[in-house]
Amino acid sequence: MPNIDISLRIGGEAGQGVESSGAGFATALTRGGLFVAAVPDYYSRIRGGHNFFTIRVSDEPVRATREAVHLLIALDGETVRRHVDRLVPGGVIIADEGLAFDPALLEGKDVRLFSLPLIKIAEELGSRVMVNTGALAAAATAMGFDLEHILSVIADNFGAKGGAIVEANRRVALATADALRERYNLALPWRVPARPAPPRLTLDANRAFAMGAIMGGCKFMAGYPMTPATSILEYMAGHADRWGLVVKHAEDEIAAVNMCIGAAHAGVRAMTATSGGGFDLMVEGISLAAMIEVPLVIYLAQRPGPSTGMATRTAQSDLLMALHAGHGEFPRIVLAPHTPEEAFVCGYRAFNLAEMYQCLVIVISDHYNATSLFTCDPASFDPARVEIDRGKLLTAEALEAMEVYHRYANTPDGISPRALPGSSPKAVYLSTSDEHLENGHITEDPQVATMMARKRLRKLDGARGKMRPPFRFGPAEAECTLVSWGSPFGSVYEAMETLNAQGYPTNMVHFVDVWPFPHEAAQEALGGAKRIVSVENNATGQFAFMLHAYGGIEVQEQILKFDGRGFTPDYVLAHLERS
Amino acid sequence: MVTVADFTNEIRPTWCPGCGDYGIWNALKRGFVKAGLTPQEIMMVTGIGCGSKMNDYMHINGLNTLHGRALAVATGFKLANPAMKVIVVHGDGDGYGEGGNHFLHAARRNIGLVDLVENNHVYGLTKGQYSPTSRLGFITKTSPRGALERPLSPLALAISQGATFVARGFSLDVNGLADIIAEAMHHRGYALIDVMQPCVSFNRQMDYDWYRERIYKVEDEGHDPTDREAALRRALEFPGGERIPTGIIYRTEEVPSYEEQVASLLAGPLVNQPLWVRPLEEYRELVRENV
Repeated sequence: MPNIDISLRIGGEAGQGVESSGAGFATALTRGGLFVAAVPDYYSRIRGGHNFFTIRVSDEPVRATREAVHLLIALDGETVRRHVDRLVPGGVIIADEGLAFDPALLEGKDVRLFSLPLIKIAEELGSRVMVNTGALAAAATAMGFDLEHILSVIADNFGAKGGAIVEANRRVALATADALRERYNLALPWRVPARPAPPRLTLDANRAFAMGAIMGGCKFMAGYPMTPATSILEYMAGHADRWGLVVKHAEDEIAAVNMCIGAAHAGVRAMTATSGGGFDLMVEGISLAAMIEVPLVIYLAQRPGPSTGMATRTAQSDLLMALHAGHGEFPRIVLAPHTPEEAFVCGYRAFNLAEMYQCLVIVISDHYNATSLFTCDPASFDPARVEIDRGKLLTAEALEAMEVYHRYANTPDGISPRALPGSSPKAVYLSTSDEHLENGHITEDPQVATMMARKRLRKLDGARGKMRPPFRFGPAEAECTLVSWGSPFGSVYEAMETLNAQGYPTNMVHFVDVWPFPHEAAQEALGGAKRIVSVENNATGQFAFMLHAYGGIEVQEQILKFDGRGFTPDYVLAHLERS
Repeated sequence: MVTVADFTNEIRPTWCPGCGDYGIWNALKRGFVKAGLTPQEIMMVTGIGCGSKMNDYMHINGLNTLHGRALAVATGFKLANPAMKVIVVHGDGDGYGEGGNHFLHAARRNIGLVDLVENNHVYGLTKGQYSPTSRLGFITKTSPRGALERPLSPLALAISQGATFVARGFSLDVNGLADIIAEAMHHRGYALIDVMQPCVSFNRQMDYDWYRERIYKVEDEGHDPTDREAALRRALEFPGGERIPTGIIYRTEEVPSYEEQVASLLAGPLVNQPLWVRPLEEYRELVRENV
């Protein structure tokens, strides 16, 4: 059991810097040798509304946030109203002394209010925008956490240009901390002191994936901004010049996917990233990629639908779309990373699989993964771990040795050796979205059509052999087996640990490689289970459907959540009946 | 020496006898020869439609894509391998209808490719429906009481959006079109070639004589293709008027192409660069950014 397990929450209107403050504090805590799980909750708007950011901090790795909050930073009165009931007994609210809220909210509650001149100090010693710095400094002081880590994050954010700004922030932080100590007895039951530790990362899965993609030799990205995939396009654009990438913000998602197809056909590793609506627009392109057998990687960050749904919320409701999108029958691979570490691996593994099988690889993620921050070990992201496999890409020598080159040669494994256009007079060929002969030219011959359909689909047999079995956790024998995929991982895992600690033997089977469905491994993991309960962020149990349709495995119960918010261990525990 | 035979394959076109695509087919081969380019050096990207089958009927690197998306695919290809000459060949439905958005953005982007639009003012492969360039009142199976929209003006649109090479050819004037193609293949940036092309099956009112009576060459009238305002005036003559200007309407080599300005391409085509452009140790910087 961890010695520290504290949750804090910062809340306010959009435009008050809730997310940047929260992310900064999460980074500071990581720098202070602690582990965080940090989940933003925000509206799709630039100003107003109610945003909050929850940080759970521990002395051991954490992969989910909890429902209960120890410390609440209220940048507006709405934060008090909405979250006061989440506070643990003895919980603390930090707020400006002028903050207006109904005092009845605190009546009869075991809650302490640390009311501070946050705005006054910020305005006197710096500027109004530094009020969040003061609030974070007060929170850190209340927790016994070293202010220097917060100040170091602020210094890094402003960089070299910001000497005066950094100094002003420092004055505000120190003065606010002093004010807190003067006004209140800080003998809180929970303290989070910084501790020496090796450098660790504060990372979301989008960034981790993009990092893996660059290390995996991705050279081209085209995309169109869409929450929650936008941060990948921005990251790649920001890193393009140094890392040899061409990144194109295209006129629309249709252009984006087709640009990727063109670049991939030329011979470079290419990807796009989008969410449901953008993916919808790309679907015809997916079918083209399949027909001309170009390697293509799409990062699909899910959010709730249908249609615009809730743009800044999370869901796992596009799994069956990812599996089946596109007209015609063709092979594809679908990977569902559940952590930043796994997203990083997907970053380069997706390109290897795409080139090995000359097919589409969809990395299916979601808003929770895309925006939640976790403390990670840098060793998991070591470039030396990255393996590259370009599949049957012909060298100039191999091509010259061939008597005649046919781009779509019918081979036992269905994979036709790939020569790049322009590389040789021998490699002058046609690729067409029409059905075609082995040499690429158009045909409607029934025998060739049958042969070509079989050739393409045969690639899936090889790809299936590369799919990893599900991860299994917990005791071999259990009363209950929890099944999950994607971002609910952390919450399901922690719920499983709690159930075992409470004497209810529970284990867990978690899938990352979801298509081609590893049915034998799934049977092995789940065939003998007494009671299978699936946990998914959707309304219809899409993974449970997959298990049934493609694995012949019956899920007895489902815990489904489709309110746009991610899971917590508390939610899983509350919705699991213990029989 | 490269010759027309180098671009010839054994596949015979499936176009109707008398189709304007035959002239364009010949002009393309002659244009490539005039430009001194081999099949290996060119990537021909096509969409969907009668004329988009062009690369099936030639010995050339070909990518026959989706209806309307050829420009997007070609843009990605060019950015990955700018050492190759990229030409898009597609019809008016493909280029100005389904792919209209990509047309606008390719023009203002000045991406280095040739966009040849076989403009027969009708849908041929789907057998006779009105297109974005069909004239007002054109009666087809999908416009039984006549088309209600005014025709799109491709040359004026391209010039207004910043295109740097805007030309019109005529499928019957094979050598004239070949000359334009040869010039366009070496142009710096985006080059539109709108080609007047009779459809003998589905647009019989606009037959060869109809075009012959209206077409003239701008060079015969002393047109200065570097004068953008004069170019726009010529461009607006058709559709709308009774004369159809052909030749190079507008041209400037002063504007850098998109790919010239992309930092990562200064080191050469992406496709020729190693997967890892820096030593392994430097990639650890990417990790350290997140501490």
